[in-house]
Amino acid sequence: MAKRIELDINGKRYPVDYPADTALLYVLRDELGLTGSKYGCGEGQCGACTVLIGGAPRRSCQIPVSAAAAKPITTIEGLEKDGRLNPVQQAFLDAGAFQCAYCTSGMIISSVGLLQTNPNPSRAEIVQFLQGNVCRCGTHPRIIDAVQQAAKMIEEHGR
Amino acid sequence: MSEPSGKFVLEPERYEFAAAPMHQFELARRDFFKLLGAGIAVFAIAKDATAEQETAPGHRSFHNEEWPKDINAWLHIGEDGTVTGFTGKAEIGQNARTELAQTIADELRVPFESVRMVMADTALTPFDAGTFGSRTTPTITPQLRRVSAAARDILVEAAAKNWNVAPEGLVAADARVSDPASGRSLKYAELARGKTLAQNLPAEDPVTPAPQWTIAGRAIPKVDGRAFVTGRHQYTPDLRPAGMLYGKVLRPPSFGATLTAYDDSAAKAMTGVFVVRDGEFVGAAAPSADEAQSALDAIHAQWKEVPQIANKEIFSYLKQNAAAKTDDRFRKQRGSVEEGLASAAHRVDATYTVAYIAHAPLEPRAAVAQWADGKLTVWTGTQRPFANRDELADIFHLSESDVRVIVPDTGSAYGGKHTSDAAIEAARLARAAGRPVKVVWTREEEFTWAYFRPAGVIEVKSGIASDGTLTAWDFHNYHSGASGIDTPYVVLNQRTEYHPVPLILRSGSYRGLAATANHFARETHMDALTRAARMDPLDFRLKNLSDPRLRAVMEAAAKSFGWPHKKTQERQGFGLACGYEKGSYVATFAEVVVDKSSDAVRVARMVEAFECGAIVNPDGLRNQVVGAMIQGLGGALFEAVEFENGRIKNPHFASYRVPRFRDVPEIETILLDRKDIPSAGAGETPIMAVAPAIGNAIFDATGIRLNNLPMVPNGLRSA
Repeated sequence: MAKRIELDINGKRYPVDYPADTALLYVLRDELGLTGSKYGCGEGQCGACTVLIGGAPRRSCQIPVSAAAAKPITTIEGLEKDGRLNPVQQAFLDAGAFQCAYCTSGMIISSVGLLQTNPNPSRAEIVQFLQGNVCRCGTHPRIIDAVQQAAKMIEEHGR
Repeated sequence: MSEPSGKFVLEPERYEFAAAPMHQFELARRDFFKLLGAGIAVFAIAKDATAEQETAPGHRSFHNEEWPKDINAWLHIGEDGTVTGFTGKAEIGQNARTELAQTIADELRVPFESVRMVMADTALTPFDAGTFGSRTTPTITPQLRRVSAAARDILVEAAAKNWNVAPEGLVAADARVSDPASGRSLKYAELARGKTLAQNLPAEDPVTPAPQWTIAGRAIPKVDGRAFVTGRHQYTPDLRPAGMLYGKVLRPPSFGATLTAYDDSAAKAMTGVFVVRDGEFVGAAAPSADEAQSALDAIHAQWKEVPQIANKEIFSYLKQNAAAKTDDRFRKQRGSVEEGLASAAHRVDATYTVAYIAHAPLEPRAAVAQWADGKLTVWTGTQRPFANRDELADIFHLSESDVRVIVPDTGSAYGGKHTSDAAIEAARLARAAGRPVKVVWTREEEFTWAYFRPAGVIEVKSGIASDGTLTAWDFHNYHSGASGIDTPYVVLNQRTEYHPVPLILRSGSYRGLAATANHFARETHMDALTRAARMDPLDFRLKNLSDPRLRAVMEAAAKSFGWPHKKTQERQGFGLACGYEKGSYVATFAEVVVDKSSDAVRVARMVEAFECGAIVNPDGLRNQVVGAMIQGLGGALFEAVEFENGRIKNPHFASYRVPRFRDVPEIETILLDRKDIPSAGAGETPIMAVAPAIGNAIFDATGIRLNNLPMVPNGLRSA
């Protein structure tokens, strides 16, 4: 049964009427038009749907909307502030770290999550952290470079 | 799918043929400018066989305007100076949009930022057979150069007329025409103002040679990059036209199953749900994807299934079911293989196999279909918008002019998005619902109901003289395809033959087609011959190669890799492979380390040298080359579709393993820029030599020769 749930997404509050077990991804995409989070597998295996929930990267295709209600959610749409890209977005852009770019939202959000807990990750730590994010175009080396570059930008200029 | 037209033969694989549309129409110029606004338009006319592969004898557009015939590119310069290039090619992550805009900016002498590309929209762009076969760069960049050069001439002539001077003394640069004699200049925008000037290009115009390119040849970042890093770009699954419903299709339990009993009364009773049964097609559209799925779940359907073979039996099946006699097109012979084998000092014979693999594009097949006044518009991620349009017209008994297919920049394809499955499903449901319908395949549907890179068996017999010269080469590919089947090595006695076998699983194009399979067999076999000759693998290849471009990539990669490489640890090995295809050349070197306790194979390093003539965008090219290397690593080591009785047994990312971050080795690419050679495509060839280079390195590390792709799906021990 549909139930009124209030979501806090990118600093805005959204009341939605959805069955409690609907996955957050479909509410974001189909109800709220936040289509930057992608459907890639619906099974938590590819990372294209990753959002931050309470600052931690989560597969939104695996999170029931009811479980996402209590905490602030950040999607790819929420990273750009006053026309200024998040350093991770900027670093991906600078590195040309995407081809078809369908995985890019998930890669960027996951990397933002990583840098929040580990501001200066080694290559091995980035590889470990992004292991659950699939890129089929094979842009992995540039993605790793971009995350390291973003870490440097944050260190020098802040978030 | 249409049969080969007989006019050209590109590849003997399915799906890469297209018959030309039936009708020819003349352009009504008035209508063209109504759509695009005033300005100057130039059309390029196909004039040679290569161009014909992309074009067709004209077509009627969605709005029933009559488009020019024999056109495969056009260009419009608006009154505000905006330059728009039009091509039927699609952007699927290969970065064609950027390189094509660069090409126009370069030739027209305008800033890169002032050019935009309209791509893959059957109502707005010229007919195009499809985005495949590494053809965009070699066919469309020259066409866009010619229309751009012609447009520049028109602008210069307009300025000359304006000033009453001879055009020869005028200079076109930086979006202006200038007269150095008088110091006057006019912007292109000023020259285009108020004009509705269209010119069909007979076109022998000289274009700018690569050494003089200023905007092409540079590492310009991907157009609209910001839209991708902010999530603003809308792929097909992101579209939500007003009133849209979500569509789902009831899939049979196995391939070839037919309905024997059917009851949809419970589903039809659901509020807001439209259920369609049309032959074997059953689908539902509803206000949400969940409701559409619930409707399908409520349908009572019984299916009659047919027994089918399993992947474990596939290779013997292929051998047994090959056609007794092959088409002459698929057979090449020179000298006498029998004599060459008899005179050989060493002989090596071997059989190789390749498994079915899946493209697994991260954006699954998807389409949004909308009907209005009996006309159909479909947004879909496809490599073949015009073929999709023709298929939709055929299926729904419409004229081509009543179907419009638009391809939003798409979340990759790799040869996997030639067909119009999701488009047909969405259109059928939308017609029943009377509202727009979106169909997005689930990952399981993508892994099951798409088509696969075909499996194959390859048999090789060969001989060498005592000095390592090849004396005989006998090469037979069963089922997987003929791409890249010809050996680049000099062999006086050789026979190559492709043996078609009727399809088992639905099969089609995959990045590089069968070139990957044929290079795997050939280059693995060359390595085995190297060992028989007790020669260095690089020396052995160079001894038998005459093609200077292939030698050049080999030598460049060898230098960067550090060949011959000294082993620094136990169970470390080095391997190499090379080849050419579709006008581009590749050499790949690999280092592997096999774990002592687990026998896990780790590719530690790959170096690849690639040459495709004059490079249009080295940054985009490097992405394509590295991407192909990583994608190739998956098929080399662990990717395989498992099936039994018409069911796919591993239709998930959890069970179908694709390359992930941990699999990615240290990678180095060397791009050789040959400004004296026309640009070739680069989407496919860089994948070809990856598997044999890795396999040869595994042999070097362990002495174990792996002749089957994937080589180590469960580690070396089970191989």
